[in-house]
Amino acid sequence: MKAGIIVFPGINRERDMAIALERSSGHVPRMIWHTETDLSGLDLVVIPGGFSYGDYLRCGAMAAQSPIMGAVRLHVARGGYLLGACNGFQIVVEAGLLPGALLRNASLRFLAMDCFLRVERTDTAFTNQYQRGQVARAVLAHGEGNYFADDATLDRLDAEGLVAFRYVTPAGEVTSEACLNGSARNIAGIYSPDRRILGLMPHLENLVDPLMGGIDGKPLFDAFAA
Amino acid sequence: MQRNVNQALASEFGLSPSEYASILAILNRTPSLTELGVFSVMWSEHCSYKSSRVWLRQLPTRAPWVLHGPGENAGAVDIGEGLAAVFKMESHNHPSFIEPYQGAATGVGGILRDVFTMGARPIANLNALRFGRPDNPITKRLLDGVVRGIGGYGNCVGVPTVGGEINFHPAYDGNPLVNAMTVGIAPSDRIFLSSAAGVGNPVVYVGSKTGRDGIHGATMASAEFTADSGEKRPTVQVGDPFTEKLLIEACLELMKTDAIVAIQDMGAAGLTSSSIEMAGKGSVGLELDLDNVPQRETGMTAYEMMLSESQERMLMILRPDRQELARKIFEKWELDFAVIGHLTDTGRIVVRQHGQVEADIPLGPLNDQAPLYHRPTAETTKQEPLNPARIEDRVGLGAALQRLVACPDLCSRAWVWDQYDATVRGQTVKRPGAADAAVVKIDGHKLALALTTDCTPRYCAADPEEGGRQAVAEAWRNLTAVGARPLALTDNLNFGNPEKPEVMGQFAAVIRGMASACEALNFPVVSGNVSLYNETEGRSILPTPAIGGLGVLDDAATAVGIALPPWLDIVLIGVTKGWLGQSLWLREIAGREEGAPPPVDLAAERAAGDFVRSQIANGMVRACHDVSDGGLLVAVAEMAMASGTGARLSAHPRDIPGHAFWFGEDQGRYVLAVPDCGIVLRAAEAVNVSAVRIGTSGGRDLTLPDGATISVEALRDAHARFFRTWMG
Repeated sequence: MKAGIIVFPGINRERDMAIALERSSGHVPRMIWHTETDLSGLDLVVIPGGFSYGDYLRCGAMAAQSPIMGAVRLHVARGGYLLGACNGFQIVVEAGLLPGALLRNASLRFLAMDCFLRVERTDTAFTNQYQRGQVARAVLAHGEGNYFADDATLDRLDAEGLVAFRYVTPAGEVTSEACLNGSARNIAGIYSPDRRILGLMPHLENLVDPLMGGIDGKPLFDAFAA
Repeated sequence: MQRNVNQALASEFGLSPSEYASILAILNRTPSLTELGVFSVMWSEHCSYKSSRVWLRQLPTRAPWVLHGPGENAGAVDIGEGLAAVFKMESHNHPSFIEPYQGAATGVGGILRDVFTMGARPIANLNALRFGRPDNPITKRLLDGVVRGIGGYGNCVGVPTVGGEINFHPAYDGNPLVNAMTVGIAPSDRIFLSSAAGVGNPVVYVGSKTGRDGIHGATMASAEFTADSGEKRPTVQVGDPFTEKLLIEACLELMKTDAIVAIQDMGAAGLTSSSIEMAGKGSVGLELDLDNVPQRETGMTAYEMMLSESQERMLMILRPDRQELARKIFEKWELDFAVIGHLTDTGRIVVRQHGQVEADIPLGPLNDQAPLYHRPTAETTKQEPLNPARIEDRVGLGAALQRLVACPDLCSRAWVWDQYDATVRGQTVKRPGAADAAVVKIDGHKLALALTTDCTPRYCAADPEEGGRQAVAEAWRNLTAVGARPLALTDNLNFGNPEKPEVMGQFAAVIRGMASACEALNFPVVSGNVSLYNETEGRSILPTPAIGGLGVLDDAATAVGIALPPWLDIVLIGVTKGWLGQSLWLREIAGREEGAPPPVDLAAERAAGDFVRSQIANGMVRACHDVSDGGLLVAVAEMAMASGTGARLSAHPRDIPGHAFWFGEDQGRYVLAVPDCGIVLRAAEAVNVSAVRIGTSGGRDLTLPDGATISVEALRDAHARFFRTWMG
């Protein structure tokens, strides 16, 4: 699969994402500056983490209006895969490609720590290399990751199996203590209805090498290695 | 601002009568307001080091691996494989007291610029923070603001904050210390310097626009605080980490070309110091036309523009034939790019605005005749060593340990770290708290850097020379404890008012102590910063020479942390005499702050460190932690808390009282966890290093030699309690 990473001004985890993709696939992903308009030939487009436009407006709001987002919509319409991580998730939500909003963390503080994610299903293009019920460690690094949506939307996400990851204890239990940023129903990541778009707040790309503390993030990237 | 320039105004600008007289002599006329402003900032303590320069010369600055020592924007050392580590630490103490968030944030921004100015990509930030008593109501607000500011800036620019230290002491009540350190990586043959060259070459301004913020910040940083210092808030700048991120990327992109002749960031004293230092180093002159400076506000005077400390700005001398190429790069990054002058052969800085000459100063005298003071010094009175046998333990080991791990100076800093992104860039091998030094791998190489900040101000106050020596030795020890080869250090020398002989005496003695350790450990100073006048209402801070140490590991995978694995022997390296003077046990448990601080035996330090490093390199060591604040038992407890694994400790030697053995702060010691202590003990004996088995790891409890048992979980709770309850 061919992967590309979109870089907006202020994005800062593009290299982390490239390392993770390359580690799994052996291929160097294409780095795409935000003024480009052509995403053809790519199977997976990634919008990585960072502070696009400084997050000086609502997180992701400026980047979501960028012309390249037209190309991202085309890519999705063509059946391409889209991964939005952290700021990328915020951008994808602001662009209306996923429902809900990412509010300030309940503690009103930036949180940078490990968290645990339960992989909610393993039959998607993103998670098919995870084991059923697996709990994966991931790195949290955000100030605005508190997922919010109205009850009807949350019910629909649950009913249609569109919750990709939930914050859990290391043993896999969904508790309020495990939900460090206060997200509704412990939601850490969600899919689009066709499960071709994944948005998630924590950084699985930062745990792909035992040297950096673990490889629980690697299956996400192994899934696109073929 | 229409003011007559005279002696009175000069004093308001912080210039002494004799300094003002020199200005009149240099110019042979009364300076314009702009010229007076230029002289006052260039001759401020902050920019001229006029009180400290004579002493700083004593510090060793050379080693075969040092590429650039003090004098450049940052120091640079060769780390092998064609790479250089570029690093420096700098203070933002005064701004952080006035406005903690922005003061700390712009401190991070400023030190980042010092590093990427030299062509290095920043890969790690650290900090060294000191605050007043936790029960002083302003301390909580200051600490919260500083932590948010450091995180707010560092997290946004995408440079991981990987380490640091925090102390509390009443001496910092009105004057917290915020020292920020940045480390970057550059190809060792592509380091950019600040010496201007090439008459006619354009002087180019890039980055943020200039506003009225931070005018006279350098002068503020060179004065004591009074109760109304809050009124100085307008002299604090506001940080824009997003623009900084763009500036990093744009500068590094331009640095891949051959366009840049010289480059310098606009830090303290902004356009004034950057232009004058670049021209001065290159022995050229320059003309600036302020009408071309990108401006955020209208109606700014030449004085305001020359002294503005607006952030995220750089000044460059470019090759004229590469000007358009450079402009395109900055346009891509949506940053201002303006040619604001050119180099001349006049040896003068000439500043024009609206066609008028606003300043015309000969650079030679401005630089060469900068004041240099041999200020009087008074030695700190030495204190007698305490005899441990005469200090009674009324508490017992277990209770003292639980109190110590919970005290503000030793408790868990997780509340702070958890707000700093330590993992961005994906190269962080040892995060905060995982090891004695942070370990950050170099992308695409096996190499890793070990990084630490250290200082024990209470030692420095009791005996500045011993304290200066200890600060350097502890940094060296922390690098060694992860298995790294210490290479060099940066320092941030925070002291009180240099016009007081006792403060200048502290400064001189600290330098002496530091120099002796640098020499003995082959650990030179390659960059640094001096922050004086850290006083409020006449009360001085503790002398605080914060040391930022840098070491290298040839293979990141060999780094060891402090987390204690189960079923290993625990071995103590180094000599223990039971030194309780100035120890935390003495302060926190016995309620006394007295005695001589523990001496550092540099030969023993070197021998013990070299031995530990060799054992780590041989793969003999599963965990390693140096013994510092709180002594041996605290060190073992920290190792246990890091992993959750307990330990059973053996009896202490009969000739030392138990509390002195377990809580004394004798220097040059390490705790190792090893699978086979026999091999390690024999190897230590062979090189004449003291080593003794003090216990075994395993289980979930810490069993003390007096039989008391404390669960590691209980220790962790005590350790976490302070910040949790204080900050809520």
